[in-house]
This record gives sequence, structure tokens and C-alpha cells, in this order.
Amino acid sequence: MSEEQIKNLEAQFEARIARDEKIEPKDWMPEKYRKTHIRQMSQHAHSEIVGMLPEGNWITRAPSLRRKVALLAKVQDEAGHGLYLYSACETLGISRDEMYEQLHTGKAKYSSIFNYPTITWADMGAIGWLVDGAAIINQVPLCNTSFGPYGRAMIRVCKEESFHQRQGYEIMLKLCNGTAEQKEMAQDALNRWWWPSLMMLGPTDAESIHTEQSMKWKLKRKSNDELRQQFIDQTVPQADILGITVPDPDLKWNEAKQSYDFGDINWDEFWQVVKGHGPMNKERMKARVDAWDEGEWVRDAAMAHAEKKHEKKEKLAV
Amino acid sequence: MILKSHLELSRIQFQVWFIFNLIHKFMATKNWPLWEIFVRSKNGLEHRHFGSLHAADAEMALENARDVYTRRNEGVSIWVVESINITASNPDHNGELFEPAQDKVYRHPTFYDLPDDVKHM
Repeated sequence: MSEEQIKNLEAQFEARIARDEKIEPKDWMPEKYRKTHIRQMSQHAHSEIVGMLPEGNWITRAPSLRRKVALLAKVQDEAGHGLYLYSACETLGISRDEMYEQLHTGKAKYSSIFNYPTITWADMGAIGWLVDGAAIINQVPLCNTSFGPYGRAMIRVCKEESFHQRQGYEIMLKLCNGTAEQKEMAQDALNRWWWPSLMMLGPTDAESIHTEQSMKWKLKRKSNDELRQQFIDQTVPQADILGITVPDPDLKWNEAKQSYDFGDINWDEFWQVVKGHGPMNKERMKARVDAWDEGEWVRDAAMAHAEKKHEKKEKLAV
Repeated sequence: MILKSHLELSRIQFQVWFIFNLIHKFMATKNWPLWEIFVRSKNGLEHRHFGSLHAADAEMALENARDVYTRRNEGVSIWVVESINITASNPDHNGELFEPAQDKVYRHPTFYDLPDDVKHM
């Protein structure tokens, strides 16, 4: 194809998206569109998969059966979300194995928030409330993104995510209405998860290199800073109801702009964690790689069994 | 001498690469194949494509589909089809495939002129 032909196709492609048409896997698409989507969707899938680890940590120690079934269901949902997203991503021509390899070798990233430890039960509350809360804000606009399989996967994810946030908030509510010690646990969890949750919505607009292109392709509807403001505005009143304090001395209601002003985010910490120097990066990756390696014989055995059954069937047919 | 050992080295590198690729190819055949999942949400509705997943065989694909796509009563029946068995039309040929239908307006009821007084038609 000549350069001019490609330019022409690209112009038609951009026009389709501008008209709110959806792009399906076998349609022609610019190489950059394909690559950007593989990057974002696979990282999204990886985040769901690695995201099971901090919470999996508490399943055996959940304080009641009610909490245990809820947490189990939530972690199972995350596995499901990872699978929806991996298979949506595979429609762009990358194999599942390639994606796993990118994750396991550190070539692909996942959400930095999962590199923080979950040290008390209250962290299960804070994660559901704050981390899933921030995730919902990020994900809802994606239900309407231009790439069909991504949008369809996100619709399913968003439907399931709201239970995650509510179960987390309920944990916080229970702790805050419990003993002084329990309330202190809830406060401590908020102290530790507040800032990482704000960072989770991505670098400031000035630093975000992909924003403009992503807006065009409807991979993004609002900028990181807008999403962050929305998260803060809707979360602070929820903290008030719990009766615990957001750990930001500069947080103040701004009557004129009808939203909260907030303090500076420690972006050095964010970049450190992204680069692999967070408190749990190594452990998360090791758990993930171990699970994959140690599961190999199971995958092989299942395949061998399937082949044997298939051969038996063929013999019977003869 | 140096040149020779260099050649030797690159030959070894090639052999390693070749063997690695062979192993990789062999391993790849052991990967679980991809299946497309169709779910009937309730009786009276058709099976609809829900997504795909990897499984060793059809039975496992059904079981996995139950866990991945119907955790909240989304279905009453599941079909699984190995993805390689699906033949799909090429969007590049959409013109010749679908455009001929566009100028056949006489297939639609609105093509026929009838006076407004005619009722029930």
C-alpha cells in the first residue's frame, strides 16, 4: 500500500470513530491503534489478575462466613474480569502466552496500586471502597470506547464492579461503628490507601503522554485530573459518613468551584512504584510467576487427557 | 582465528535459537485452544456470543464458560465452539457482500404507494 493510500484509510478510520461507529477486530485499523489497544487492554487484564493477590491474602482470615463468601466472590470476579479482557485483547492478534510473558518478564505493567501490602482486615474495606471506587470512575467511560470487544468486556466488568465497592464500604462502616480499636483500624487503612488511590487515576494531565490520542479514540473521555477531582468529590462525603478523616491537611471545600481543593500528590512515590520499587512489586511478581510455573503440569495433564479422550473417540468411530 | 571463533559462536547461537524455536513450537501445540462461548439468557431468546476462553477440550470449555460468563444467572444454556471452526466474512468484502441489498428497496413495505384511506395494511 502506498503512503497516500494509508493516509486515506487512516482518515476514513478516524472519521468512523468520530461518528461513534465501533471498530471490530477484523476491520482495517492503523497499526498504532492496534498497538495502543493491546497495551492498554493487556495492562488492564494484568491489573485484574495481579489485583487478586492483595485480597487473596485475607480470604482464609476473613472474620465471618458472610465476609468470606463475599471476598471469595470478589476475587473470583477479578479473575473473570482478567479473562474477559485477555480474550478481548486476543482478538487483536496477540496470544495469551505472549501477554503472560510480557507480564512475567516485567515488560507489561499493571496498576501500581497492587504493589502496596494488605496488612489488616480493614485494608479489604479500604480496597473495595477506594480502589474499586477509583477503578469504576476509570472504567465507566470505557463501556463506550471505540473498540467493540473492549467496550463489551467493560460493560460486563462495570456491572459486577459495583458490588465490590459496596462490600468494601460495608466493611468500613462496620469497623467505624465498632470498638475504638476497630475504628482506628479503619482510619489507618484510609491513611495508607488514600494517596495511592489518587495516584491510581494516572499522572497529571501535563505529564500524561497518551491522553490526546486516547481521547480521539475514545479510550478516554475525561482527563486524569478530571477523573481524580470527580473521585475526591464523591469520596470525601463518604468518609464523613464513616466518621474518619481523609489524610490531607489541605483538603478543603471550595464553594466557588463547587468541589474540593486538595494537597500535592507525591509523584516521586508513584514513579518509584511504577518502576518496580514499591513495597510489594517483587513479591507480587513472584507469586504470579510461581502460580504460572507450578500450574504447568496441570495444564499439560489437561491437554494430554483431552488428546487421549479425542483419540479414543476416533478409534470408536472407525 | 578470532574471525573463526566468531563464526563458530554465531553458528552455536543459531543452533540454540533453532532448538529453542523447535521447543517453543512443540510447547505451543500444548497450549489450550480458544473456544467461543454462546449463552442463551433465558428460554425464548437465542444463544448470543458472550466472549471466548481457553480450555483443553469441549467439556472443560463448558465448565469454564459456566464460571467465567454465568456467575450471576446470566444463562440457561451454553454452546461452545472451538474458534478455529468458525469461518468469518472479511470486512474488506463488505461492499460486494452487503451493498446489493441496499438498492432493493422493493423488499420493504414502505416501497408500495397506497392511499391513506386503506386501513389495516
